[in-house]
Amino acid sequence: MMITAKTINKIRSIVGSENFFDSPEQKLAYSYDATPLLSQFPSAIIRPRTTQELSEVMILANHEHFALVPRGSGTGLSGGSIPTENSIVVLTNHWNRIIELDEKNLTVRVEPGVLTAQLQSTVESIGLFYPPDPGSAAISTLGGNVAENAGGLRGLKYGVTKNYVQGMEVVLPDGSIVSLGGKSVKDVAGYNLKDFLIGSEGTLGIFTNILLKLIPKPETSSTMLAFFDRISDAGETVAEIISSHISPSTLEFLDRTTINCVEQYAHLNLPVNTEALLLIEVDGHHVVVKEDTEKISVLCRKHRANNFSIARSEQEAVKLRSARKIAFSALARVKPTTILEDATVPRSEVVPMLERIQSIAQKNGLLFGNFGHAGDGNLHPTCLTDARNTQEIRSAEQAFGEIFSEAVKLGGTISGEHGIGLAKRQFLEKLAPLPAIEMMRRIKESIDPHSVLNPGKIFSLSPRCEGPMPKNASQIKKYIDAGAFT
Amino acid sequence: MLEEKKIVHNNHLLTDEILNNCIHCGLCLPTCPTYALTSLEQSSPRGRIRLIRAALDGDQPISKEFIYEMNFCLDCQACETACPAGIKYGSLVETARDLIHQSKKNSLTERILKKFFLTWTFARHERLKFMARLLRWYQTAGPQAVLEKSGLLKLISKKLNTIQLLAPRISKVFTSEVLDEIILPQSEVTHTVVFLTGCIMDVAFAEINEDTIRLLLHHGCKVVIPKGQRCCGSLQAHNGDSEGAREHARYTIELFAQFNPDYIVMNSAGCGAFLKQYGELFDDDPVMRSKAQFISQRTVDVTEFLIRTGFIQSQKKYSTRYAGKRITYHDACHLIHSQKISEQPRELIRSVPGIEYVELPEASWCCGSAGIYNITHIDQSMHFLKRKIENIRKINPDIILMGNPGCMLQMQFGLRNAGLQIELLHTVTFLRRICEA
Ligand SMILES: Cc1cc2nc3c(=O)[nH]c(=O)nc-3n(C[C@H](O)[C@H](O)[C@H](O)COP(=O)(O)OP(=O)(O)OC[C@H]3O[C@@H](n4cnc5c(N)ncnc54)[C@H](O)[C@@H]3O)c2cc1C
Ligand code: SF4
Ligand code: SF4
Repeated sequence: MMITAKTINKIRSIVGSENFFDSPEQKLAYSYDATPLLSQFPSAIIRPRTTQELSEVMILANHEHFALVPRGSGTGLSGGSIPTENSIVVLTNHWNRIIELDEKNLTVRVEPGVLTAQLQSTVESIGLFYPPDPGSAAISTLGGNVAENAGGLRGLKYGVTKNYVQGMEVVLPDGSIVSLGGKSVKDVAGYNLKDFLIGSEGTLGIFTNILLKLIPKPETSSTMLAFFDRISDAGETVAEIISSHISPSTLEFLDRTTINCVEQYAHLNLPVNTEALLLIEVDGHHVVVKEDTEKISVLCRKHRANNFSIARSEQEAVKLRSARKIAFSALARVKPTTILEDATVPRSEVVPMLERIQSIAQKNGLLFGNFGHAGDGNLHPTCLTDARNTQEIRSAEQAFGEIFSEAVKLGGTISGEHGIGLAKRQFLEKLAPLPAIEMMRRIKESIDPHSVLNPGKIFSLSPRCEGPMPKNASQIKKYIDAGAFT
Repeated sequence: MLEEKKIVHNNHLLTDEILNNCIHCGLCLPTCPTYALTSLEQSSPRGRIRLIRAALDGDQPISKEFIYEMNFCLDCQACETACPAGIKYGSLVETARDLIHQSKKNSLTERILKKFFLTWTFARHERLKFMARLLRWYQTAGPQAVLEKSGLLKLISKKLNTIQLLAPRISKVFTSEVLDEIILPQSEVTHTVVFLTGCIMDVAFAEINEDTIRLLLHHGCKVVIPKGQRCCGSLQAHNGDSEGAREHARYTIELFAQFNPDYIVMNSAGCGAFLKQYGELFDDDPVMRSKAQFISQRTVDVTEFLIRTGFIQSQKKYSTRYAGKRITYHDACHLIHSQKISEQPRELIRSVPGIEYVELPEASWCCGSAGIYNITHIDQSMHFLKRKIENIRKINPDIILMGNPGCMLQMQFGLRNAGLQIELLHTVTFLRRICEA
């Protein structure tokens, strides 16, 4: 159903004309996020000034049947903030104040549009630490991080976003404003609702402020880089580091293709004919850091690292980190379209998973680079392709389907940190246990009976038909071309 | 609808690849001044690229809003530095402006301003000098002081008042009028360099040109200053007049090639950035292209040249003139983003014994000068300037150095308005004074 002019006027009068956007140019600019291949025009974009206004719009949505799609910075990789049909995009990135930094309780209350890196540098300047650091930290919003339960390079030792969310204020789909959690570290008063909203991908509520936990900044750190001739050697190194009870803050991996791309792009003098690179960092008390560094260097040599270096200064550390830091950039330059996924397996299965990805890529005639968080099994198989080559894109979709199902077979999951959104919905429906999906659907339906909030994300809502029914031949053709009846 | 939708554009810097390589990751957003100002996607690099792509595909008309966003862009190219996919954003926005230029839909004031400044004034250096003389008379003979004091200008229009204060203080003599074409150093010749005088530098900062020449001579260079230099074409290119740009480039290439220089040295970042692109400008003309490449490959910013030719190592004596001074450096967009020159000037400054070097927060953010942006978009420009001045205030230096005349004009205005007593110098002036012990 189209949103009527009357409804539009009501929305406009709630948020004010200067916060209502619906020119073709603006709609185009809000038709995408960082997800390849997907885009859709919204009906309008709004920038509510207050939580109250947001709640009013939400109530209106229930009465007049339109959908709202929350958006942070639009760096999501699963299409979470891409508009659905007849939807209004709700901006949150203008809410960007750090409200209260409480050094006694080690918490910080932020508006959802504060950028991850902005928070990190603010708290680090007073000796505190907010560990989650997705690769997009320079621009991702904390609201988007909580909605996606974003991970990052420090996940192995410090966990992911959910480990740092202590509370939030949220506008629910019926327009009610609730405050969940709080500054007390322990809280078992009823269902754990805040955890339930973390990772909900903007489908259960819109965060209007977030209370985050901070920790003291680690005293010191040490950075190491190792290269291996065989992936299995790197895998064994990782396994033994973990089984010897060392907890590196970073344990990252690059495969041969990625190493070569990095070298071609940045000329860092990396040994190019090696199969794997490990970037390892330990942090904490200086005595422990020193001990762990020694242990790790012994382990790397034991597992036949052909090249091993330890940074002796921060400058050198930056140099060692650079290969991993620019992995994504280097791959992104090879071909016009870069499809980065986040299939995740138990740590012990990383090497078998990598081998399977390689053979799937070969079978489908595709170029894949692999890198990722070896420490927690979160891989980033990355397909380098070209959106204009429809044949190849179809092969890529086929390959990812196979990769996801292998990940599930190995006891893993189809998404470790980017979420399901629109991009992986079909795989979730195929690969997740049916009762689990049913439970999710029932929860969604009871909290959002009129499907006003980010509908059609994560799983399609029953009935499985979105938008207006196709009526004439040309409308139906669109669906046939998309393979509807095959 | 069977009509051909693709719009034909004649920008020679653009290829299909540039457009399609944007993976819309958003990593450029936090570096974009216009996005920082509005926090709206359409005024971000990613949003503009999407708009340009739609325009080139024929899905987006050259609408008022399209024009607004393209002109709102500073063309500072901070987004290019941040982009992991290596998008040549500068070429894209120049193509978009070319489309606008062709469609003749720019607003009347914008067209008149651009026509006047770019097509008329900068097309012949004599005209620029004529304008400059007029301005010099205005600044020295009294009318400016009278008008400023009386507050009459302010009364008529606040904007007009700001614009006239932003105008350069015109130099007493122009470089191009007083110097021989070839000057030899006192020592043995190490390099033969052509020196580009630059339009603005020549009339507004002749002393900096003199500093540059003296520094080059001190460094053992035979300095060639070709007579009859014109605008290099960058001003036309940045404002969507690609044909005009090519014409100026062709002239400059022929003029400089005669001297067969080892290097072509300049002290205006914008000119350097553009000369380095000459090669790409003539993609469709093989003869011209190879000549252009010859010039591009030899083009260097003066700081880049000094580092490359071992200036620091050969330096024996330093003046103590600035001992104990707190010194900072502002990155001109056309140095750091277009030419990727950021370490060289810093290295030169830090090599001076006895000074205290402090990093300027957000040193690489545009000051809002951006060609004639501070005239066409005065309110936005003043906003960016304010942000820059706030950052300077945070570290409170004695001296601020930079490598571009446009930035110097803008920042002089900003410092004066803010009542800050901070000395503002071109990097070259600082080095010349330090080295001529
Ligand atoms: C180069 C690059 C590297 C990346 N690296 C990582 C990584 O290492 N780890 C990782 O986990 N992810 C990574 N990502 C993915 C992405 O950055 C994260 O998912 C991030 O959390 C999204 O934040 P955002 O502000 O851009 O949100 P958006 O993309 O705008 O939105 C994401 C989802 O959150 C919802 N949402 C946004 N704000 C709110 C709110 N206030 N309330 C409720 N819902 C909201 C949206 O509806 C959407 O479903 C990367 C992305 C890129 C482009
Ligand atoms: S950083 Fe580059 S690839 Fe990413 S959105 Fe910006 S221009 Fe596109
Ligand atoms: S050139 Fe500067 S102003 Fe223009 S989009 Fe890029 S960063 Fe923004």
